[in-house]
Amino acid sequence: MKIKIFGFCLALFLLNLGVNAQKIKGSDSVLPLSQKQAEAYAKKGGRATVTGGGSGVGIAALIDGSTDIAQSSRKMKFGEKAKLVAKKKQIKEVVVAKDALAVVVNPSNKVSQLTRQQLEDIFTGKVTNWKQVGGSDLKIIVYSRETSSGTYEFFKEVVLKNKNYKSSVLSMPATGAIIQSIKQTKGAIGYVGLAYLNKEVKALKVSFDGKKYFAPTIETSKNGTYPIVRPLLYYYDIKKTKVVSPFINFVLSKQGQDIVRQVGYIPVK
Amino acid sequence: MRKKMFRGKKYFIEALWEGLLKISGSVTSIIIILIVLFLFSEGMGIFKKKVVEDGYVIAVNKNNPVKDLSPEQIKNIFDVKIVSWKELGVNINEDEISLLRLDDIPNYFPEDQIAEDMSNLPQIISQILKEHPGMIAFIPEDFAKKGFSEKVLDLGNINLKEFFGGKEWFPTAQPAPQFGVIPIVMGTLWVSLGAILIALPFGIAVSIYSAELASKKVHKILKPVIELLAGIPSVVYGFFGLIVIVPLIQKVFNLDVGETGLAGSIVLAIMALPTIITIAEDALRSTPRAMKEASLALGANKWQTILKVTIPYSISGITAGVVLGIGRAIGETMAVLMVTGNAAVIPHTLLEPVRTIPATIAAELGEAPKGGAHYEALFVLGCILFIITLIINLVVEYISSKNKNKVA
Repeated sequence: MKIKIFGFCLALFLLNLGVNAQKIKGSDSVLPLSQKQAEAYAKKGGRATVTGGGSGVGIAALIDGSTDIAQSSRKMKFGEKAKLVAKKKQIKEVVVAKDALAVVVNPSNKVSQLTRQQLEDIFTGKVTNWKQVGGSDLKIIVYSRETSSGTYEFFKEVVLKNKNYKSSVLSMPATGAIIQSIKQTKGAIGYVGLAYLNKEVKALKVSFDGKKYFAPTIETSKNGTYPIVRPLLYYYDIKKTKVVSPFINFVLSKQGQDIVRQVGYIPVK
Repeated sequence: MRKKMFRGKKYFIEALWEGLLKISGSVTSIIIILIVLFLFSEGMGIFKKKVVEDGYVIAVNKNNPVKDLSPEQIKNIFDVKIVSWKELGVNINEDEISLLRLDDIPNYFPEDQIAEDMSNLPQIISQILKEHPGMIAFIPEDFAKKGFSEKVLDLGNINLKEFFGGKEWFPTAQPAPQFGVIPIVMGTLWVSLGAILIALPFGIAVSIYSAELASKKVHKILKPVIELLAGIPSVVYGFFGLIVIVPLIQKVFNLDVGETGLAGSIVLAIMALPTIITIAEDALRSTPRAMKEASLALGANKWQTILKVTIPYSISGITAGVVLGIGRAIGETMAVLMVTGNAAVIPHTLLEPVRTIPATIAAELGEAPKGGAHYEALFVLGCILFIITLIINLVVEYISSKNKNKVA
């Protein structure tokens, strides 16, 4: 009996070695998407193991070759590209989905649209009262994610043009907490991922050119008119194209893109 | 003969027990000391770190006379709050400061002339800096070495004064992270002080009531209910605080925002209560019956007996409960993280948002690159928390030892 079990285990072990599981590592924002994709992919007979750790961790792993695919919620940084050049590796970038950030306020707020400059002034502390941007006489309370979050960095880069937030920003540990706080604070403003939008908060229309304002919806994010959108990316070594392309093709297929929509991100196809 | 052997066996077991206790005691002490050493050795590394983010440098035009910039000045320059060199006391023919980050290079230089492997970037950056005398550049170290002709600023290491005297906490700011701990330390002290002021009177009142005045029936219900409070996970308290206490405070004090130090203090006070009550009550109960009866026999009434005999006798036990309660309050993470708003500004009242040390560590340590300045700054915060707790413990120990002498 014991020998039988042992033999069975051994067989399983060998089987594992035989099937080439693809390793996917990186961003925690892309993690839920990749996991769902891997589950669906497994039903079709493929194998992929997904781990998180952050975009930086994933790309570092790709550079030293310990993962097949790096998932990332930001474009590769200059320093990372320099490391690749040093290692003489060529890497391919695939956009698998997009994520939009909605700027949200309390539903009782009269303001329904803001320009990028106004957003920058609010988040860096130049504008402190809603009446300065066309609302009622009410102090602006700014909510943000914690400094470690990728969402924090993305919003800072795109909307604040790399300037720092004002120091009196209230930072919340999770998106759910931001929504809860904005719901119960009249002068509040904050940002959340498109998937988290609900009726308890009001999403603002945003304009980057000062002329046309766009509401954050899946359509406007998909056709590129809504400006606060980030790509969710997969990076892989060109030499491994053969190994990884079945999985990436699956993610880009109709079924894969349906999963993207279910997870709350914006499909690219 | 048999008896002797039995005795020998008994002796052996006793010795074994003694040895085991000794070993476990010393192992525990050594581990605690090692943890403290680890905390301090990790934290102290920060004062060997450069002011500018690791792997990057700040460069200016060769003819720019600027020598030294503080982290705060660098941040204000890159936030476009300082826009002219005159504000920094630097005289230069192009007074307006312009900024150069790597992403800006294509705005100054045709992108197709940048080499594929970026090998000509040092020359390109030098050329851009040469053309703009008032420019300040934030570039990777590697591009400021071979072929770079302009001036790289040597800004030195993060120093003690900037760390302990700084008023801004922006640990991920580029190019120069800001590690000013004053707002965070002040936030921690405010919230803890508030929590103690709320928990102490309630805790001692409930323990006296439950130990001396309550009937057996009430006591039987009260004690398990209070002890149940200690078993609730702190994130539940935090959520309760966010949904119930925060809007309540906002309404009662008519504030713009309900996430305040006071909300944190109330949640922490509720969390510290079970510890204070349980230990203080046990101490009150340990007063010998003979002492109380002697007091009553001398004609003192119940209230006088409690005040003059029971409390002084059990004061060291009560203070132990208070210390443990405060310890829990100062070190509590999750509940505070959810209700205090976590804004790193120096608070002036309890009705403002505050950021505490444990909340900062919990929120940031997971994403801080290991061994970097941010990581080490968080360890220094841990050291500060450790020292605060140590001081409180020493003070309370001193007070209780004094009181004991008086009673005796």
